[in-house]
Amino acid sequence: MAIRERLSGNEAVAYAIKQINPDVMPAFPITPSTEIPQYVANYIANGEIDTEFIHVESEHSAMSATIGASAAGARALTATSSCGMALMWEELYVAASNRLPIVLALVNRALSGPININADHSDSMGARDSGWIQIYAESNQEVYDNFLQAYPIAEHEKVHLPVMVCQDGFITSHGVENILLVEDDKVKAFVGEYEPQHYLLNPTEKLAVGPYAVSNYYMETKRGQRQAMMEARQVILDVAARFEQMTGRKYGFFEEYRMEDAAYAVVIIGSAAGTCKAAIDHIRNTTGKKVGLIKIRVFRPFPEEELAQALSHVEAVAIMDRSEMFAATSGPLGAEVRAAMYQAHCKAEVVNYFYGLGGRDITVSDFETVYDNLEALARTHIATDMYRYIGLREE
Amino acid sequence: MEKIQDRINEQSPWQQITEGNKIFEPATSRSFCTGEWRTATPVWNREKCNQCLLCTPVCPDSSIPVNDGKREDFDYDHCKGCGICAKVCPFDAIGMKENN
Repeated sequence: MAIRERLSGNEAVAYAIKQINPDVMPAFPITPSTEIPQYVANYIANGEIDTEFIHVESEHSAMSATIGASAAGARALTATSSCGMALMWEELYVAASNRLPIVLALVNRALSGPININADHSDSMGARDSGWIQIYAESNQEVYDNFLQAYPIAEHEKVHLPVMVCQDGFITSHGVENILLVEDDKVKAFVGEYEPQHYLLNPTEKLAVGPYAVSNYYMETKRGQRQAMMEARQVILDVAARFEQMTGRKYGFFEEYRMEDAAYAVVIIGSAAGTCKAAIDHIRNTTGKKVGLIKIRVFRPFPEEELAQALSHVEAVAIMDRSEMFAATSGPLGAEVRAAMYQAHCKAEVVNYFYGLGGRDITVSDFETVYDNLEALARTHIATDMYRYIGLREE
Repeated sequence: MEKIQDRINEQSPWQQITEGNKIFEPATSRSFCTGEWRTATPVWNREKCNQCLLCTPVCPDSSIPVNDGKREDFDYDHCKGCGICAKVCPFDAIGMKENN
């Protein structure tokens, strides 16, 4: 039987780390992810796990040491947020291109400036081109479940890519929720022992990692890296299926909430999906309007075809971005979902919203307004403003 | 012995490039001729050379071979022409020639 607990998102991730007992964790504290290495350090101090914790002087060093440990053959991980991940920038690309199965527990927080510690996806969205698999969570349960699935995805022989397990700063990281934990022995069996194929501490194999590659090799290398990201699609689904067998909890590239007959859909990432679901239930119960939600779980690799298929029957879509990318047009999710829909010849009207930047609240009534706007857009086909804000004060 | 460039070279399709460019062979830099980068070339004057061997340890590219305690002519496949050897030589036995 699963273990019933009440944990914050950070506690849930730390608990997953304890159950996995990885080999090496270099980490540097930054709000709101600080608690994760703090709890892990407690587990180590109490003798509950034998993970090697490395106290580093910066996030640049944290990711560098994680890369070194992983290349050496260790199951390695770190945790960070916001500017901490920005300081890992160079190493994020190195981890992915060296094909190291590292896991990063990312607690999403706004990037400076202005300096801000609250939930916002600008950190991970900025890193969307770094070659990491990105998996997002709505709730504490999901971030725990995603973390348990991260190593089996990362370490799969067809993948060998790092995985970013993302959750919304404070909203899930510090909010305490009921949670179902998997028993230790089941976690150990599910995640398995790490047996690296090639690693620097293997005395029987000569190996160099991360060499210089001139232009005659770089492009072919990047094509190989792309292949791993393509293969990751099926592996992510296979691991999710195995997880469902163990727990009964079903995961895919995204969750469809009341989408089967939906005419108006929201596409969103992260914790605000819960607020949107409450709005959907309220709208359907009071007006009968056919509203639905797609909550993206896997942003990298991007589930382009599946997403376009799921949106093929709707009349209007609101794509919700919790980060700016200053294209002076759409946000990152808006751009990619629009491109997927265009490629699939979707007929739906599309509008892109910016919401929740720097932790700005979003409410059930905000989503009700979004659905009202979608209904009007589908009726008039007049998009007065393709890029709108929720909760922005204006003159 | 089969060399890495026999298996992976500038004609290799992407499917044959190792994952993350991992190299499963030691000392592969020997087969990479960095001497092509040279814009100035050291020239050894055997008559002036007293075999003091000050030049050998300062060479950043290990391009001054030593056998039986005596230096031999430069390894031009790997010498990048930095000129440190010419600078350190007390006997003016190494001159730098500009490449054409």
